[in-house]
Amino acid sequence: MGLVEKLVKKCRARSPWILLFDTGACNACDIEIAACLTPRYDVERFGVLARGSPRHADILVVTGPVTRQARDRLIRIYEQMPEPKYVVAAGTCATSGGVYWGCYNTYPSLDSVIPVHAYVSGCPVKPEAILKAISILVEKIEKGEV
Amino acid sequence: MSFEISIGPQHPIHVEPLMLRLSVEGELIVDVDVDVSYIHRGIEKALEARPYIQGLYLVERICGICNAAHSLCYCLNVEQLLGKEAPPRAKYLRIVVEELSRIHSHLLWLGHYFHTLGFETLFMYFWRDRERIMDMLELITGNRVTTSYNTIGGVRRDLTPEAEQRLRRTLDYIEERMRYYEKVIDSEPTILARTQGVGILKPSDAVRLGVVGPHLRASGVKHDVRLDDPYSGHDEIPFNVITWDTCDCYARVKVRIREVYESVNMIRYALDHMPSGDYRLKIPPFFKAPPGESLSRVEAPRGELVHYSISDGGDRPYRYKVRTPTLANLLSVVEMLRSRDGYEVYIADVPAILGGIDPCICCSARVMVTDEARRRRTIMTLEDVIKISRERGAKRR
Ligand code: SF4
Repeated sequence: MGLVEKLVKKCRARSPWILLFDTGACNACDIEIAACLTPRYDVERFGVLARGSPRHADILVVTGPVTRQARDRLIRIYEQMPEPKYVVAAGTCATSGGVYWGCYNTYPSLDSVIPVHAYVSGCPVKPEAILKAISILVEKIEKGEV
Repeated sequence: MSFEISIGPQHPIHVEPLMLRLSVEGELIVDVDVDVSYIHRGIEKALEARPYIQGLYLVERICGICNAAHSLCYCLNVEQLLGKEAPPRAKYLRIVVEELSRIHSHLLWLGHYFHTLGFETLFMYFWRDRERIMDMLELITGNRVTTSYNTIGGVRRDLTPEAEQRLRRTLDYIEERMRYYEKVIDSEPTILARTQGVGILKPSDAVRLGVVGPHLRASGVKHDVRLDDPYSGHDEIPFNVITWDTCDCYARVKVRIREVYESVNMIRYALDHMPSGDYRLKIPPFFKAPPGESLSRVEAPRGELVHYSISDGGDRPYRYKVRTPTLANLLSVVEMLRSRDGYEVYIADVPAILGGIDPCICCSARVMVTDEARRRRTIMTLEDVIKISRERGAKRR
């Protein structure tokens, strides 16, 4: 690995920019993730910034069960993200369908639609849990494990 | 010639997938089309397949922000079917949690609203104070957001004296902060410029479109389910219904700020006059409801919430229907976004107006869009959409 590549890897791990996408969540997970950006949890101290466009993002945070209508959008957004990209499934719904298990309009889990690198459980997820998931993921990115 | 612009379903202002299709002429918006179907999960159908007690946890997850209102409405509905009524202490405890979540929802909205207007400092302030309310909810109910506090026949746990002490201190703090914020908002020229006279909804239009909640009260119409149809001991607790008659986005901000004061006072009154006794009825977890139908209404943070159910005598509802406030309010967005004679709406005003109704899309996805042509259009690329709208524009010319 050349010096430049090493440097890029290090920098990437220091500034993971995230994109939040709601594929059918009940909103509780979304507001908990939004709460991470606010003074008490302040995820920005890890270099994490929330972005509005998939083309700027490194990490896609998905909340909620994937609904049939949102599925194509999700795939498109995933494809628009530049490599390397990572996906976090936030909440019980995204990891396993949660309370909506068996609903006619949802897919059983996020990893049946796109590849997932980290799962955060909780209904809704606690902001602390999200911070932890992101810091573990970042550590792994730095070591080159994902 | 008019041009079509699609906003959403993934966009930076609003985390929830809402699709807006605007037809614009220059900077002016001439027509709007709203699509909320991205989040339809099929909850009503799923409720028919679950026993009543499991339905409670599903209903709560229709919307995470107003989960206290949804679960309260569901419990009232099932209790009505069973012909039972929660004990007085449970009613007061329900009010405490309902009003706490109203404060949390309003603070969330206020923060988010100023974020959409580009006022980041206020966003951070509001959300910092909201954390205090979240702590209280966690202390009283056991969870921060989805509280699962209401249950069929009462509430799940009692209020301890220590929690009450802390709750009172938090209320004092919130009240003091709100006075400060009100002063900031009234003296900040940028906020006034972006909200005053923007998104006018006349009282007659509001009533005609069936608008509910703070949005309706901001159009000067006095309507509140807590007053009109007291459902959980609200007739014993004094409160004012806040209205504002400027009918614009500024009024919506003001109404919500004033409602926080009212909620604080209602919680204080409920704590002072808390009845003693049981906090829940003994109802077995699995039961059969007698045949019949029932309708319950609750004033959720965003407006009137209606649940309707039919029972055929089984252990699960035969049919369950939910009418959420945002669905009622979305129609008014179309009205407010459309430029008419003498009333002009610019693209830059879209976030301010859309944000003004406090949209909660996960609630509203009750309706499934079955319009095939329209659904096909959403999968197109932006270039396709622009091409189509160009063609259409050419035809119109
Ligand atoms: S995991 Fe729970 S809180 Fe999160 S979106 Fe799903 S139902 Fe809502």
